[in-house]
Amino acid sequence: TTVTGTRGRSAAVAIAALVIAAGIPLWWKTTETYRAWLPAARISELEALQLELRVEVEVVFARGTLSPEQQKKVPASRITYESCCKSKSLCLVEADHALHTLTETSCGSVVIYIIPEASALLPQDMRVYVGRSRTALLRSQVASVVGAGLPEVLAALDPQMEQVLQTMSFNHQDVTAALTDRLRPGLSTRDSLADSMRAFKSSPGYEITFSLLNPDPKHHQLHWDVEAALDAYIYPLLHKMAPVANFSVDSQILYYAVLGVNPRYDASASAYTLSADSLAHVINPVEARLGSNAASSNPVLNFLLYVPDSLHSPLIIRNDQKQEVASNAFHSPRWGGIMVYNVDGAYGNDTQFPVDIAIDMSRVMGVFLSQLRLMLGFQQTGAPPGFVLEAAGREGVAEWELDRLLWSRSVENVATASASITSLAQLLDQIANIVINDNIAQQVASAVTALQAAVAELEAGNLALALEHSREAISASERAFFDPSLLHLLYFPDDQKFAIYIPLFLPMCVPILLSLLKIFREVQQHRAEKRAKRD
Amino acid sequence: GWKRGSSFLPGIDVTDTKLSTSAFLLLHQARAERFFRSDHTNNWAVLVCTSRFWFNYRHVANTLSVYRSVKRLGIPDSHIVLMLADDMACNHRNPKPATVFSHKNMELNVYGDDVEVDYRGYEVTVENFLRVLTGRLPPSTPRSKRLLSDDHSNILIYLTGHGGNGFLKFQDSEEISNVELADAFEQMWQKRRYNELLFIIDTCQGASMYERFYSPNLMALASSQVGEDSLSHQPDLAIGVHLMDRYTFYLLEFLEDIHPASQANMNDLFKVCPKSQCVSTPGHRTDLFQRDPGSVLITDFFGSVRKVEITMETINLTPHTETALAYVDQLPVAQIIHQKPKQKDWHPPDGFILGLWTLILLVFFRTYGIKHLKHIF
Repeated sequence: TTVTGTRGRSAAVAIAALVIAAGIPLWWKTTETYRAWLPAARISELEALQLELRVEVEVVFARGTLSPEQQKKVPASRITYESCCKSKSLCLVEADHALHTLTETSCGSVVIYIIPEASALLPQDMRVYVGRSRTALLRSQVASVVGAGLPEVLAALDPQMEQVLQTMSFNHQDVTAALTDRLRPGLSTRDSLADSMRAFKSSPGYEITFSLLNPDPKHHQLHWDVEAALDAYIYPLLHKMAPVANFSVDSQILYYAVLGVNPRYDASASAYTLSADSLAHVINPVEARLGSNAASSNPVLNFLLYVPDSLHSPLIIRNDQKQEVASNAFHSPRWGGIMVYNVDGAYGNDTQFPVDIAIDMSRVMGVFLSQLRLMLGFQQTGAPPGFVLEAAGREGVAEWELDRLLWSRSVENVATASASITSLAQLLDQIANIVINDNIAQQVASAVTALQAAVAELEAGNLALALEHSREAISASERAFFDPSLLHLLYFPDDQKFAIYIPLFLPMCVPILLSLLKIFREVQQHRAEKRAKRD
Repeated sequence: GWKRGSSFLPGIDVTDTKLSTSAFLLLHQARAERFFRSDHTNNWAVLVCTSRFWFNYRHVANTLSVYRSVKRLGIPDSHIVLMLADDMACNHRNPKPATVFSHKNMELNVYGDDVEVDYRGYEVTVENFLRVLTGRLPPSTPRSKRLLSDDHSNILIYLTGHGGNGFLKFQDSEEISNVELADAFEQMWQKRRYNELLFIIDTCQGASMYERFYSPNLMALASSQVGEDSLSHQPDLAIGVHLMDRYTFYLLEFLEDIHPASQANMNDLFKVCPKSQCVSTPGHRTDLFQRDPGSVLITDFFGSVRKVEITMETINLTPHTETALAYVDQLPVAQIIHQKPKQKDWHPPDGFILGLWTLILLVFFRTYGIKHLKHIF
């Protein structure tokens, strides 16, 4: 029996060795979740991100602003200024246009022309003129700074230049507004909060829908040449905004669509009126009929043109102070705008219905364009005292206004992307079970690279490149965060793990353990006997 | 466990190299005032009925009545994600097909003809529910099945079905635990997918589902405490099942008095269905909510009151000269319809192959002798 005994013992030991040496590592390896490597060190660097924004400013001194000694010390002066602005009767806009052709300004930079105090270009009480492109005219007298070199001259101009830059590029308010949801509440002012609530958040694309609402087709047969109007007025703005986002525009006509609110007849104005409080309830009944593109998840801006029916014409909108609103339009933050267009003036009482009416698209698009600017993030510019801001004109937006938007969008993108990546890394860290596929790791790595590039470009002052990198960063980080595969095995409590493994492993392990114990005891006994024999 | 901590990004420091902190924005104070009663600009609702089968009629009726109220108060279908098993209206056991009633004697048909169910039947799963909440949907998901909320959205989430201590049963086959739900809300907060969230649950031991919440701006209501059952309200003898649960029945009665301009606040909602009516004790949780519940209007969550501003600025545009639009040359209709016929592949004429094989066989038998023929026939 000793032979069988030893055979039995060696068999038991061999099985136990196999289970422990080969089985346990095999089980561990095969039940491991696949987790691709993430650049954790660079991600933790993102948590302490410091943003530095740099604006390139070129200061050009016109003849007459510097004394001859100062002029010698200034490195390069523009002599060509005088040649184009010789005639006194040159108006401001033409001067601005002429100056614009002199310099090629890159995105994000600003050129400030210092003109003499006595110059007739600006009206008497205005000190600064901001043109349509990135130039500003600043009226100042620096020759009075005695015995000064270039640094002192620039230092004397510093406060005024700061004012100009805060209007044209960005200021503390704008930057904190761009970061509102990442900062502690109370840091941003209410005005900037209102602006950030009104404009859409940065998104890779937007859908814009123009709708004509005709509740009364029996009386009004409306013609609107929306394609041509979009081409002429809206597409220039959207093309300029191409670096910011993609836009898709469509239009529709809705018949028998009514507002959800009954307007009140006001005999004094002999018109139907909508008061400001009832406007909030107008939108919901209409929205159900508007529709949207089922394939995309981009935010939608709706612009509605409502032509009141003949029984309720004319329809005017009154504000809180019961005054008529010139534009006869209102807008809702992050949704769009509605304009009421009265056509009762186009026909008399005894015309034959339905009446053909052509809608004046330039008036309509003027309102929609200003509402679109608000929705896209161009703030209502409050000019500081002493400033003259040139109106945007046909393109819809001035270059420096676009630059302002690009600054705040870049900052917002950088903040959102870094927040996404850090919270994703935290999530993946906390849940050991979650599977990290290769594509997620790749997206995270490319997002981190793009983020660092964006921050570097912001520091260097290259706004266009910074925006591009920040857009890349945000799209990669969103794709990584919202990847559908990150949902599995989210919550796998330990007691469930035990419940799965015990029925499998316990029946197998018990005989092995017991036999090992038996062998161990036999060996002990044998040793004890041997010792006794020796003694 | 999760790291439960502050969710503001701690380390972003903005240093602008040249600028001081003086502000130059001059905006009208009155306009800014109107915005700040509440922080939201749009409303969403996620209404989930987690049961199927005929005897759970009341859960479908619960969800559909909340759906009706929410629509009546202004939230459009595009902003409602409705998840129902939707097997009541056309069930073989329904004596009144295409209807789902919420009051006995068939007073109110909450199914109607404009209900828009986004997830129906077997699509109502824990996975889909969590995917909707966290936004991790496959790219092919249509817009109506997504929760496209942003950082200024107020979301109403209503769950009903069979639940237990710490879990909610989905369609008799799986369950969602309160930890998963709390983690899903935290992920929504990390991506700022909501401004404020109201969570209402009408199941047995419903209060256990909101025990584990830890994200900010959450308010929760449940129909019963841990250890208590939520009871159903009234059976209809003609239909043969219970039509509604008590808590939702009295919630619906409360909501019937709310109209879009109503000023009722959350404290009134907490008083809905006291123990005398509900038999169970409804509970609520507001410690994670930043505003005082007395200042939160019911319509902040159940309705969709838009913030509106008058457009003061317009841009003067000059009418442009009409440029004749050139359309792409199109093929004439005749050419489109009668296109050239498609080239068919050439086949050998019929019978050719049959003849070919007969020939081969005959040659074979000729060569090797006729005696093999008998093995074939």
